[in-house]
Amino acid sequence: MKKKKTIKMSTWNNIVGWGFALPAVLGFLIFNLVPMVLSGYYSLCDYNIIKTPEFVGFKNFIALFTGQEKTFWLSAKATVLYAIMAVPANLIFAFMIALLLNCDMKMRAFFRSLFYLPCILPAVASSFVWILLMNPDFGLFNTILEWLHLPKSQFFWGKDSVLPSIVFMGIWGTGSTQVIFLAGLQDIPSVYYEALEIDGGNAWHKFWNVTLPMISSTLFFNLVMGIINALQVFGQAYIITEGGPNNASLFYVYNLWRQAFKYMDMGMASAMAWVLFLVVLVLTAFVFKTSNKWVYYEGGEE
Amino acid sequence: MAGKGQTKEAAQAMDGGVVLHPQKKMRKKRRPYFYVKKVLFYTVLLALSLICVIPLYWMLRSSFMKNTDIYSMRPFIFWPKEMLWSNYTDALKSADFGRYAVNTMVIVIGCLAGTLLTSSMAAYAFSRVKWKGRSFCFAMILTTMMLPGSVTLIPQFMIWRNLNLVDTYRPLILPSFFGGGAFNIFLLRQFFLGIPRDLDDAARIDGAGPFQIYTRIMLPLSRSAMVVVALFTFLNCWNDFFGPIIYLNTKENFTLAVGLLQFRGDYSTKWNLLMAASTIVVAPCIVIYLFGQKQLIEGISLTGLKA
Repeated sequence: MKKKKTIKMSTWNNIVGWGFALPAVLGFLIFNLVPMVLSGYYSLCDYNIIKTPEFVGFKNFIALFTGQEKTFWLSAKATVLYAIMAVPANLIFAFMIALLLNCDMKMRAFFRSLFYLPCILPAVASSFVWILLMNPDFGLFNTILEWLHLPKSQFFWGKDSVLPSIVFMGIWGTGSTQVIFLAGLQDIPSVYYEALEIDGGNAWHKFWNVTLPMISSTLFFNLVMGIINALQVFGQAYIITEGGPNNASLFYVYNLWRQAFKYMDMGMASAMAWVLFLVVLVLTAFVFKTSNKWVYYEGGEE
Repeated sequence: MAGKGQTKEAAQAMDGGVVLHPQKKMRKKRRPYFYVKKVLFYTVLLALSLICVIPLYWMLRSSFMKNTDIYSMRPFIFWPKEMLWSNYTDALKSADFGRYAVNTMVIVIGCLAGTLLTSSMAAYAFSRVKWKGRSFCFAMILTTMMLPGSVTLIPQFMIWRNLNLVDTYRPLILPSFFGGGAFNIFLLRQFFLGIPRDLDDAARIDGAGPFQIYTRIMLPLSRSAMVVVALFTFLNCWNDFFGPIIYLNTKENFTLAVGLLQFRGDYSTKWNLLMAASTIVVAPCIVIYLFGQKQLIEGISLTGLKA
């Protein structure tokens, strides 16, 4: 009996391993891989929700890129503009907070939790509060601007101010990024700073020569995730602006959702989804590719 | 392996703590400058905290006010003139929040059960058992974290539609019984790797099979990580509105988040009621957060990821 068991150990392990991982692997197949392939197929089809999909080749993609589907470029533009503003804003703000929290201070855990708090709030509720805060007529922000004798803003209701407003609101919810930055900062061995101190380095030297290189892999990770998330912004458009005013916040995924669940054009929406997927893939690959030029990994070069 | 890494990190952190003292002593020499810096530091910190808290305060403040007071610009009101608790009862009366809360809890409990069970099982397989295809499957599951949700959204919806399950809770609950999300699997796996293997070996010598090792050793020892997964799952389900707006059509089935969205459509000008309703939806999150904030944040730090 015992001998048998030792012989079949690897088989036994295979059964146990696959058995325990089965739900997750099935989940990957059913909810990710199969849908991905299906959506690839749908994107080549004329497919509104009632009819069966009818193969039409690249018609949907051609319609998107040639501008037959007018909203495509509009939404791409809005999303890229948003990402250009939001990604650096979020990174810089989160990094600043993390640097602050990394200082020798009292009640670090308390402040860390406080800054993370907005992340755990339901997007619907917090969006409502921001709508109220940014109301052009009776919101708090315009009141403050008036006190400071600054020009008032239309915020979500102005076609030039809507994107910056959404970015500003987004900064409020960068708690996870802050926490990841802080964890990275706390992993930096203090010997490096001490060595610099002995050599007479000041705070700037410490930041530029130790903190920044040592945090670069975290920065890189947050940058990649920030880009991916920014390109998929949806909630603010759905809850607050409905794509307006004048399509200025017609974000890509919101447009996709509208295409699929309002106009029931599943083929076109799938084509849009695949364009997004490819863009995310290419961007991620590009950032990874360039990363060895500026990201420092402890443990040396390969 | 990773267990050793963790203890090393812990040792490093402790070293850091010890080293801090000499630094403090060194700074004592330049005292005035040191205090100016401290004051400046805390001023900036408090200012940022204030910005962070203002929206929440504004929600509370507005939820207790008369609607006409919210609309008044001059004189601007920072503190409610009187606490109108009736806003809360009015808000509760004007939409079926009781029902929405029950619906939300059904989904939350379903997701919790599925996620805790299947993500810990997967984490066990990926950390403790050596099987063919392990690293491939793990890599595949991790890639789903980068995959834009919109690529899988439409076929998923069509599948549920063809099964005639749209407008039920199954599309929202059942997926969590299939692994419970890559983030949770990753988090638990990281944690399991830190549990010493000697414990498994000892149990195996005593005649325990893999299932007993999973239930008697891994699960009890990873209670804190399971709490993190539970907290994240609770918050994600509670806050999610994307799933419900796609899969739920009838008002009776709505969750709190969607009910709140609906509320805005119906009562868009009654800001006091809207803020009261928002506060009602936000309150459980804050309560949960008060209890679990430390674990939640450590969960993110441990994995270097966000849920």
